[in-house]
Amino acid sequence: MELSIPKMSLVVLIGPSGSGKSTFARKYFLATEVLSSDACRAMVSDNENDQAATNDAFAILHFIAGKRLAAGRLAVVDATNVQPESRKPLVALAREYHCLPVAIVFDIPEKLCQERNRSRTDRDFGPHVIRGQISQMRRGLRGLQREGFRHVFVLKSQEDADTASVTRVPLWNDKRDEHGPFDIIGDVHGCCDELEALLQQLGYEAVEMPQDDPLWGRKIYRHPQGRKAIFLGDLVDRGPRILDSLKLVRNMMQAGVAFCVPGNHDMKLMRKLAGRDVQITHGMANSLAELEALPPDVRGPLTAQAREFLDDLVSHYVLNDGKLVVAHAGMRQEMQGRGSGKVRDFALYGETTGETDEFGLPVRYNWAAEYRGSAYVVYGHTPVPEPEWLNRTVNIDTGCVFGGQLTALRYPEKEFVSIPAAVTYCEPAKPFLAAGQQAPGLSAQQIQDDLLDAEDVIGKRIITTRLRGTVIVREENATAALEVMSRFAANPKWLIYLPPTMSPCETSQADGFLEHPAEAFAHYRSIGVPKVVCQQKHMGSRAVVIVCKDAEAARQRFGVTSGEAGIIYTRTGRRFFDDVALETEFLVRVRGALDASELWTRFDTTWACLDCELMPWSAKAQELLKSQYAAVGSAGRASLPDAVAALKAATQRAGDELTNAAAILKRYADRQEAIEKFIASYRQYCWPVTSLDDLKLAPFHLMATEGHVHADRDHVWHMDTLAEICRHETRLLLATPYKTVDVTDPGGQDEGVNWWLDLTGRGGEGMVVKPMNFIAKGNRGLSQPAVKCRGQEYLRIIYGPEYLACENLVRLRKRGLATKRSLAIREFALGVEALERFARLEPLRRVHECVFGVLAMESEPVDPRL
Amino acid sequence: MLLTITTTHRPATDLGYLFHKNPAKCQTFELSFGAAHVFYPEAGDDRCTAALLLDVDPVGMVRGGVRFREGLLDQYVNDRPFVASSFMSVAIAQVFGTAMGGRCKERPELVKTPIPLTARISVLPCRAGPEFIDRIFGPLGYAMQTTRHPLDEKFPQWGESPYYTVELAGTRTLGELLTHLYVLIPVFDHHKHYYVGDDEMEKLLAKGAGWLASHPQREAITYRFLKHAPSLARQAIAQLEQEDVPAGAEPDADAPKVGEPDDREVSLNEQRIGAVLAALRAGGAKSVLDLGCGEGNLLRELIKDKQFERIVGLDVSIRSLEHAAERIKLDRLPMHQKDRVKLLHGSLMYRDKRLDGFDAAAVVEVIEHLDPPRLVAFERVLFECTRPGTVVLTTVNREYNSLWEGMILEPASAGRPAITKLRHPDHRFEWTRDEFQTWAKTIAERFGYAVRFLPVGPEDPNLGPPTQMAIFTKTTGGKA
Repeated sequence: MELSIPKMSLVVLIGPSGSGKSTFARKYFLATEVLSSDACRAMVSDNENDQAATNDAFAILHFIAGKRLAAGRLAVVDATNVQPESRKPLVALAREYHCLPVAIVFDIPEKLCQERNRSRTDRDFGPHVIRGQISQMRRGLRGLQREGFRHVFVLKSQEDADTASVTRVPLWNDKRDEHGPFDIIGDVHGCCDELEALLQQLGYEAVEMPQDDPLWGRKIYRHPQGRKAIFLGDLVDRGPRILDSLKLVRNMMQAGVAFCVPGNHDMKLMRKLAGRDVQITHGMANSLAELEALPPDVRGPLTAQAREFLDDLVSHYVLNDGKLVVAHAGMRQEMQGRGSGKVRDFALYGETTGETDEFGLPVRYNWAAEYRGSAYVVYGHTPVPEPEWLNRTVNIDTGCVFGGQLTALRYPEKEFVSIPAAVTYCEPAKPFLAAGQQAPGLSAQQIQDDLLDAEDVIGKRIITTRLRGTVIVREENATAALEVMSRFAANPKWLIYLPPTMSPCETSQADGFLEHPAEAFAHYRSIGVPKVVCQQKHMGSRAVVIVCKDAEAARQRFGVTSGEAGIIYTRTGRRFFDDVALETEFLVRVRGALDASELWTRFDTTWACLDCELMPWSAKAQELLKSQYAAVGSAGRASLPDAVAALKAATQRAGDELTNAAAILKRYADRQEAIEKFIASYRQYCWPVTSLDDLKLAPFHLMATEGHVHADRDHVWHMDTLAEICRHETRLLLATPYKTVDVTDPGGQDEGVNWWLDLTGRGGEGMVVKPMNFIAKGNRGLSQPAVKCRGQEYLRIIYGPEYLACENLVRLRKRGLATKRSLAIREFALGVEALERFARLEPLRRVHECVFGVLAMESEPVDPRL
Repeated sequence: MLLTITTTHRPATDLGYLFHKNPAKCQTFELSFGAAHVFYPEAGDDRCTAALLLDVDPVGMVRGGVRFREGLLDQYVNDRPFVASSFMSVAIAQVFGTAMGGRCKERPELVKTPIPLTARISVLPCRAGPEFIDRIFGPLGYAMQTTRHPLDEKFPQWGESPYYTVELAGTRTLGELLTHLYVLIPVFDHHKHYYVGDDEMEKLLAKGAGWLASHPQREAITYRFLKHAPSLARQAIAQLEQEDVPAGAEPDADAPKVGEPDDREVSLNEQRIGAVLAALRAGGAKSVLDLGCGEGNLLRELIKDKQFERIVGLDVSIRSLEHAAERIKLDRLPMHQKDRVKLLHGSLMYRDKRLDGFDAAAVVEVIEHLDPPRLVAFERVLFECTRPGTVVLTTVNREYNSLWEGMILEPASAGRPAITKLRHPDHRFEWTRDEFQTWAKTIAERFGYAVRFLPVGPEDPNLGPPTQMAIFTKTTGGKA
């Protein structure tokens, strides 16, 4: 016996105890697919036969079944299920998840069941129990279809069960193996002139099918490169050439070059043609008139075949490995690829709020605004002035029949191709081209992006990145980030990138050094990177600068309507300047340099995202400097001379007898010297800022421009490109000195070390060593995007004035870099991912998720001195 | 870091007996945070100076789990090695314990004799300003000399540092002087490097015997000495009050009571919560959101009223929520109460389904903590997405600030109101009545609400109330 069951279904085994259900289930299904009530009883009560545990057992059985169905997996319920009331919740469950319920009935001779039960020691119920179950089962048999089972298989004997074969049939809508490319075409409504023009525009050629069909003709359009057309339904009604449209689509499907999903108009016409009583409204009269006009001998058979053709259309399709979904009115994520009346209704009508608007039309529920699926959903049904992406969905019904245009979406190119309507064939009930309904000039996605959803940031997050696969954001980190993001960050529309943290090089064991370039070079060499770029490390504050060509570009690309044309923000997403005028003036200067270097045309862009250091340190860190660094310097400077003087007096008075005092004196004298050096060190990075002229901006990455994240360029390209820009604005911008080092060449490394010694000797913070390529993969995956190598004097600011004292240095060398490095890599992957998503025009929540992730990682407790 | 004590009592070298430390030696004592050295820079018959020098190990401190001031000093870069702090008190107790206790076998009569003493502290950290040093040491009868040090002379615009070199002179017993220093040094620093437990109160009462109860700043001293343990401080003060207070030594009424909540704030807080409750009750709300519930001041009152069947507190700070949970004793609420109350971590910058379907929302002193450009998101989240029937929203009335002393930056002049400070460092803005009402009316208009305004707190005829409240009532159904 052949049992064909849909791939995604809830299989309900029905049969008395001892009828062989479990054996059958074991034989034909995976152990994980079978949910047995006995096993569930055992789970909650340690006893498979504890009837008192039945309610709890079924609660978990239904729960697990629900989870499996939600995940699109088959589930087999192994329980007697002989009473209709035990089957009812299962049918409801299948419906809830839009899966088909399948019944397999074990109508096995009673004798066999009784025998089996007698041979089992754990079943101590009498024969009347099985007799009762069998009679209940038989009574219910005929009603199974009515109960909602779409397929019912009855096994009449043990032989039936033994010789059965179970095949799993994909649903009609499962076209995952179709990879396109496709041209998806919106609501035609009989506009066959425009349809033909559109197909030609798309590169299709009119050809004749080999067999002539007297009813349907033989004309089709075929694409020389094998592209396939997908029609989103509503072929009929309203327009001038309804039957031609129908014929063309039907023939292209027959020839295997097109798919078509049904629209609500198609279905209503189908019901009319089937003789059902429907109201002839909304343009159906046009369809009927065309049929009426046919000669009687053609009219009859064509009507019948048209009805059949329409009836056979499948509600929606899942294509290209599940990455593309097409349906007339859209498809929620949880319904995609499933089959139920509800799914079909959604495909045909979408969702309404239950209200009607002032034109008497149902108010559409904006399901696309909530859409979070990964598949692209292309649909039509409601005419819109322009096709617009929203959360990976797009409505391409541009109302051709109402005088709009007929639009196609080229997939995977995601280009729109439109043919304007020759005339307005039909006046819409509601003017869909009405302007001024939305904020001026923002796209639907940008309006949607005005608010982000808590669901998209709260809790544990799993983010897929191109560079490093899955990055997990822990819940407590997300919690911390929510606070920072909500209380301090700038408008999320601006936050398309946050820079990663940076680890120092391995700890140096060299005399008097905690960090040394030799370790940085060794680090990259050991992971197989031959060449590095050393960049001077500026001591200021990290700043991300986004510059748009003008406010209009900011509005268009970032959806920012405040009139701003850029922003400068910190590594935590906070606006760098509270002073709006200063920020504006700052951006004007940077923009001037970009203008002068013709960046806009060179990169064909209206915006640029720069990763920079902004100096002086005291500009942003004023409070920290005053409350910590200057305070420590002041306290040391005020107290140490007193201590040294007292010790001097004591030693002078007592002479050589106080040898221990002399040692203490030496130590405090060293401390006094150290505190002076410490003060000198932080002073390097401070100067008063009274105007823009006192600020310096050193860009070191040109992160992204329109459509492009420049992570594919090496660091020399970044340095040179930015140096060229800096040339045009020398007051504010500072090109970063750099040096490339071949880490396999000892001579080259020495040069690198000397360069660093020279830099730090002159008061510089140190340098950053980066692999030549922006994205470097080492033998253990993605490598550190950069490691820093800080100078001897600078590190006093980090590790304290006296860190170089021998007993301190020994202890300070014990520092672990692993956490910091792991964070750096994950944050780097997230930062680049954020930009790539932005460059691909993805919804803001997808960009924000990554940026939020970086911020969350930053709340991970790490040694702040690293 | 350095404490020196000098006497001119003859023979001055008797100081060595009092300290139990030989003036000819330099001794080092190991302590948990490093070491203390004792030596004598001068030791003549006319004049003798003992020095207690702390040798704090900054690296060991970070790695050894010493309690740091929140965040700031949790670094190798901190002032601990250079200042007189609770480290100094610990060193005094451990190294000069006998002297502080007034015991001395060799010179028993000298212990009880007041002698001329000068103590010099290099350096004393005091963030409360130089007057505070006067207020603390002054009443004890010391002649004082203080030198304040600049933060950085290269950057005079950064101002003064909180560090002082302090010299105290007086004729005292050594025990008294050391006891005063022991108690008062950490009072200036306002920080303790160790956990403050019950025994700390005993210590204070023991060391303060005879002088603390009558000290005009006894409350400030107690609160600061028992840092992080306000309940201990309250107990200690109660005990001190029982001791006889000599006439004329009543606490200075004008002096700010450090460490205590301000009276005017307490009452304003209460009035504000009262007004919000009244507004919520008047609207007949059964389910209430407390958005930005903070530490649960309002929640506590809402729970008491049976009218409110469903109460949700939301805050963006997880720490505030933890405090709120403690305050309303969330864990100990009976079953039926527990279902009534829920705390959510969330943000008013993000649309949040969990907030749907409530009759009313209270937004008490929240908006002034939002950056003005982000206010737009808040408005939409609350009035467009969440859409409760009633919204009760309070905020500061900036005009009123000028009635408080110390808040005025520039006094009012013809046609221009006074420019005042903001009430809280995290306030991003404070609105006048006009600004608030204009905003509220625009919001109401835009999202289909009616709005009315009520004052909270004593109303000034010209400047209005300290807090302003708007009550929004939804006029159109459904979501906007």
